[in-house]
Amino acid sequence: MTSRSTFDRELNDLKQDILRMASLVERSLFLALDSLLSGDPVAAREVITGDDAIDNLQDDIENQCIKLIATQQPMARDLRVIITGIKIMINLERMGDHAVDIARSAMCVCGQMPQKPLEKIPHMARLVQQMVKEGMDAYVHNDVEKARQMCMTDDEVDELYNLTFQDLISYMEEHPQSIGCVVYLLMVARYLERIADRATNIAEDVIYLVTGERQCLN
Amino acid sequence: MEVNVENKFVVQNLNLFYKDVQALRSISMEIMKQQITALIGPSGCGKTTFLRVLNRMNDLIEGVRIDGTVLLDDQDIFGPDVDVVNLRKRVGMVFQRPNPFPMSVYDNVAYGPRIHGQKNKSQLDQIVEKSLRSAALWDEVSNRLFKSALGLSGGQQQRLCIARLLAVEPEVVLMDEPTSALDPLSTLKIEELLRDLKNHYTIVIVTHNMQQAARVSDSTAFFLNGDMVEFGPTETLFTRPKDQRTEDYITGRFG
Ligand SMILES: Nc1ncnc2c1ncn2[C@@H]1O[C@H](COP(=O)(O)OP(=O)(O)OP(=O)(O)O)[C@@H](O)[C@H]1O
Ligand SMILES: [Mg+2]
Repeated sequence: MTSRSTFDRELNDLKQDILRMASLVERSLFLALDSLLSGDPVAAREVITGDDAIDNLQDDIENQCIKLIATQQPMARDLRVIITGIKIMINLERMGDHAVDIARSAMCVCGQMPQKPLEKIPHMARLVQQMVKEGMDAYVHNDVEKARQMCMTDDEVDELYNLTFQDLISYMEEHPQSIGCVVYLLMVARYLERIADRATNIAEDVIYLVTGERQCLN
Repeated sequence: MEVNVENKFVVQNLNLFYKDVQALRSISMEIMKQQITALIGPSGCGKTTFLRVLNRMNDLIEGVRIDGTVLLDDQDIFGPDVDVVNLRKRVGMVFQRPNPFPMSVYDNVAYGPRIHGQKNKSQLDQIVEKSLRSAALWDEVSNRLFKSALGLSGGQQQRLCIARLLAVEPEVVLMDEPTSALDPLSTLKIEELLRDLKNHYTIVIVTHNMQQAARVSDSTAFFLNGDMVEFGPTETLFTRPKDQRTEDYITGRFG
């Protein structure tokens, strides 16, 4: 084997940084939801301040990718590794922003949220977190099958989103005094649904990375 | 863009031996009209050998044995009625090192037409200017047409060789690493020139520069040890090659 060791190491560094970014995003999402459900604003504040770290990693990853393209003129799989690296990084960054959105909503409703409408959220949240995790697992292991399966959960999330939406509307009709609070839950449901779409994008990126074929899964 | 999917060359089951050594192994491929086809592969894999088959330059080498067929516009180039001189006029070659003749710029370009019987001065003037323009060299040499070609830079010399070839109005231009002796700027000029030329000619180019193959060609063939491992649209070959050996070669994983 020839003199690729530097390049291979740099590609590996890129992957490690993307995984690091993913774990920060997963953590933000967990904390934001935890804050919402428990009514504890401390976790929400941590998500908001922690977003800078995610953005910094994003810049790092982008610079690494630009440097690799400029210096290595990557071809074939190498090229796909870098291009999907950029795309996954962008999707992660948006997920991080949605986690911040959820954290902000959590802070707005902190201590005033009635228990009943909140019950709609955990199931959807669990599915979405699972999708994010499985998307990154598929990336770690170049696992096309896992990427495909994960996308099926997206249909479930969409359905759940529609149900939640209906339920929350009915709840607000019955409890107009809670509208100011519950409307934030509508938004949270929407953010979760968006995160699931981003996770599906990542699954598509993994499939392209491994097979070279583009597939639309949502 | 006009899409021309006509064949220029059809190669079928081509085998080539240098005495006992087989240098090409059952190669089959179609080279499309008005396209640029790139040949890539490690040193010694048979690229030059293959290129030289296309205008029968290997005939000049002792001990070469060829079987299989090569059709140029549906005509077998090894057929009994083929005039090799005419074949080489139709299928011209540009070499790795620019090799201008030690004569004036003008005489270099006029050389081929003169050999083929063109004596009319104003006709020759026209051919020389047209060829130099086509080779994107006219502006640089129009004021020194009658000075020695050896005084030109390497990149200019290579474009002069291309002009010299175009002067005899070939149909196919074969190029064996035409820019490997040139600096990046001259290389870009030649690449730009290739894109213009392909509107009128069929071009086959051997290059060790993968980025060059990716930049200029429409189709790329990857050769390895006398086999043609993969042949397809350049974009596909460089983004998602089908054969692991192609992948290994173009990503530099080859020993
Ligand atoms: N005149 C010759 N006599 C005997 N063997 C030859 C001759 N020319 C080439 N060969 C052999 O045929 C094989 C293919 O050579 P060829 O020159 O076609 O390779 P290539 O792909 O053009 O390599 P490079 O990239 O180094 O130019 C090599 O093993 C070479 O040694
Ligand atoms: Mg050669």
